[in-house]
Amino acid sequence: MNDLPQQLASGLILGAMYGLIAIGYTMVYGIVQLINFAHGEIVMFGAFGGLTAWLLLPQGTALALALPVMLVMAVGVSVLVGIGAERFAYRPLRGAPRLAPLITAIGLSIMLQQLIWGFYPDAKKARTFPQFSGSSVEILGANIQRGELFLLIAAPVCMIALGFFVAKTRTGRAMQATSQDPDTAKLMGINTDRIIVTAFAIGAAFGGVAAIAYGLKYGQIDFKIGFILGLKAFTAAVLGGIGNIYGAMVGGLVLGLAESLATAYIEHIPGMELFGGGAWKNVWAFVLLILVLLVRPQGLLGERVADRA
Amino acid sequence: MPLLEVEDLRVAYGKIEAVKGISFTVDAGQVVTLIGTNGAGKTTTLRTLSGLLKPLAGKITFDGEVINDIGAHKIVAKGIAHSPEGRRIFPRLTIAENLQLGAFLRKDTAGIQRDIESAYERFPILGERRHQAAGTLSGGEQQMLAMGRALMSQPKLLMLDEPSMGLSPIMMQKIMETIEELKSQGTTILLVEQNAQAALSLADHGHVMEIGTIALSGTGEELMHDESVRKAYLGED
Repeated sequence: MNDLPQQLASGLILGAMYGLIAIGYTMVYGIVQLINFAHGEIVMFGAFGGLTAWLLLPQGTALALALPVMLVMAVGVSVLVGIGAERFAYRPLRGAPRLAPLITAIGLSIMLQQLIWGFYPDAKKARTFPQFSGSSVEILGANIQRGELFLLIAAPVCMIALGFFVAKTRTGRAMQATSQDPDTAKLMGINTDRIIVTAFAIGAAFGGVAAIAYGLKYGQIDFKIGFILGLKAFTAAVLGGIGNIYGAMVGGLVLGLAESLATAYIEHIPGMELFGGGAWKNVWAFVLLILVLLVRPQGLLGERVADRA
Repeated sequence: MPLLEVEDLRVAYGKIEAVKGISFTVDAGQVVTLIGTNGAGKTTTLRTLSGLLKPLAGKITFDGEVINDIGAHKIVAKGIAHSPEGRRIFPRLTIAENLQLGAFLRKDTAGIQRDIESAYERFPILGERRHQAAGTLSGGEQQMLAMGRALMSQPKLLMLDEPSMGLSPIMMQKIMETIEELKSQGTTILLVEQNAQAALSLADHGHVMEIGTIALSGTGEELMHDESVRKAYLGED
């Protein structure tokens, strides 16, 4: 068990990435009770946006200098796709039976994947993402890759900013009101259409940040990365209690830690030798989800939805 | 010119017409009440006036302006505040935050603060619990909060939907006294109530709604002494 600090660190890093993406699911669900299954692809578009920025910059630019530009581009692309999805795919279906937006979301995610596959240069295979050179950094007995440091800084900054925004600003309060009772929010003078767009935009922006983190961590991106990322992040959002922004981050961290620890240690449990290694990673993630939902169907930080008079 | 003029208003849910062509007016400073049984179309009428529902036909003129096709969030800005049926306070926000949301479109921070203080004066229990989640309040207290919140927009017309519903007799009396007090301060009120006795006794004008139409109109006094009203709504036979 002497690699425990390392496993904890990997779990937290992975979890922070899931958490950032899970915010996108949870914010949209909190406002319009819609699972935006195309959110993974919104993240994927962000990753290609970041890569495009890197490719457009003069060759030889230091990554540290390029990173802010890539980040702005990734967030910008994600937000555009997120807002576009709301405006053209989901808004026309508001008030339609729930199945309609769900099917639309699946169609949208296939379309977004195929757009990259078909039109982004050389994107039929994975494309390399720029990497920080230099050795890893040791923090509390764990080796952290330089690319992962970005996430360790970005995730807490994003969460604190979001917490402040929701609790303290006028728009944030309007967002809470809309999520608790949309009709009554309108009676207060709140333009709920605008609040819905804002929720999509914030979720997409966090997805853009996560996209850069993904590229820096894994070193390559392709048109399919949104699928499993989206699925894991959705799991994290449900695990934490969908609709709750802190729940999304907690769910992400718990999921990341569980994956990392299970992959490393389950094979050492007598009788479980066959279940070790990365191949079982996703199985443990979903086993955890099932276990939590059996005990707390509303998720770790979720509330029972029974307080509407 | 009346403050609010409703002409031949028709509203439907899908194919079912809930309001079938009603007309009435509310003058500035008046209290007008709509009474009638469940399903008569009273709540539908209020929800249409505040823009939550789109009328099928007819004309709503408020303060000299036709407001048929204006979104709900813009109607507040015109000066109509709607305290909805079932109170609908924001349960997970504090009392203070609920009141602030009532003033969502106002920019005068000092004035908002002053009005919040006067809401606390009007309803001391709200002041005592200002930092508590609104969902923890009792039904009557939630009704006070809903009314206080509606007043925060400084409306020209206050619409109250079933303010006494589900309240204890003491709470009901307190709410009715508050409406009386608002009336004496010159607030224009459109009141929907199932408690016809209480509503008619403080209304200048009343309209009896029956399955989507106005069956009878008159002053509060007249309706209270009308035999059919007494039979149908005041529990006499």
